[in-house]
Amino acid sequence: MEIPVLVGAGLIVIGAGMGLGKIGGSAMEAIARQPEASGKIQTAMIIIAALLEGLAFAALILGKA
Amino acid sequence: MQNFSITKFILSLVVFCSLSTFAKGDNESKGAVDSKSEIDAYIDHHLQDSYYFNFWSDGETGEHVGFPLPIILIDDGLKVFSSSKFHHGETVAEVDGNYYKIYHGKIYKTDAEGTISLDEDNHPTNSKPLDLSITKNVTTMLLTSVLLLLMFGSLAKNYKNSQLPKGFGRVLEPLVIYVRDDIAIPNIGEKKYRKFMGFLLTVFFFIWILNLLGMTPLGVNVTGNIAVTACLALFTYLITQFSANKDYWKHIFWMPGVPVPMKIILIPIELLGTLTKPFALMIRLFANITAGHVVIMSLIALIFVGKNVYADTSISLALALFISVIELLVAFLQAYIFTMLSALFIGLAVEEHDHAHDEELETNEII
Repeated sequence: MEIPVLVGAGLIVIGAGMGLGKIGGSAMEAIARQPEASGKIQTAMIIIAALLEGLAFAALILGKA
Repeated sequence: MQNFSITKFILSLVVFCSLSTFAKGDNESKGAVDSKSEIDAYIDHHLQDSYYFNFWSDGETGEHVGFPLPIILIDDGLKVFSSSKFHHGETVAEVDGNYYKIYHGKIYKTDAEGTISLDEDNHPTNSKPLDLSITKNVTTMLLTSVLLLLMFGSLAKNYKNSQLPKGFGRVLEPLVIYVRDDIAIPNIGEKKYRKFMGFLLTVFFFIWILNLLGMTPLGVNVTGNIAVTACLALFTYLITQFSANKDYWKHIFWMPGVPVPMKIILIPIELLGTLTKPFALMIRLFANITAGHVVIMSLIALIFVGKNVYADTSISLALALFISVIELLVAFLQAYIFTMLSALFIGLAVEEHDHAHDEELETNEII
């Protein structure tokens, strides 16, 4: 793999990491505020994380191809 | 109670499969891989589909342990023969006067010497017969289907006699109820979910079992194959489109509540939106499983890269075990997410809209 591709992959991972951190952090706060709604919050969190992950993986795969 | 039994089941799987990680490391150390390019080739080979079900290979003697699979070609009629004729891609197979050779994992028609002629871009110009072979991936999927039939067939039969499942059915019932109560009903709705339960349950258990088989020393990589995930995503796409109601199509072709020029601009965007959803499903499953396999194999390959064998082996096994446990979670999570998003897309397509709400928007537009 060439260096630009590797740098791009690193940037994608940084972006995805920031996104996941934000989702996880907000979900934690929400659960702490309303523990009785934790099930619903977790489901929503996983869906959003999956959407973000799909985007990051699409970018990584397009970068490699 | 329900969550408790799922946790128990997952825990026992974790324990079982972490044992297999050590077995896997043991198998691969027999390959005597000593250079980085060899490790790359090994990982690439693992990620690809193959015509031979290989358990492990002895690098020194060149001996392969496994079994050959049937090859089915359509090329002037049906040709069925065993993949042992290729001798692991090293020789040319002769069938009814035709010669075939495996080149970079694909079967090409050649002359008796097996000449592959290449063009400027290093692509073979030989003709390619239509390949319907039972490959390693197809074998694994057939095995999984049989497994699913046996597991759920016995569970279904059990309900004819009693309300309580017996034996392994006690593990399956909470999972089925979990898919129904936590995936299907919240996303599709109480009224319409029943029609889609068959698809959702099949997809959930099919993906989960295939993901778990990928963690065993069998060395299969089915859900890490983009053709397999593309087919699964295609099913979700077709089911979504064909079960969609009038409102769904109305929101694609003539979005209520927006000005007319905007309606026209929204048509291609909404049409593209229907395609990106299954595309994301396909990429997500494929990339997650491929990435997991590459990481585990790279960590195992650490043994052959460093200088001190004992230190490298202990680090490599510890890291491989750690990632394997995470991958077991990912195996479940990806099956869950695929099913969940499928249910969500189906739910969006069959949803009953509040018509009063739409009309109100239309009136606002006129005002």
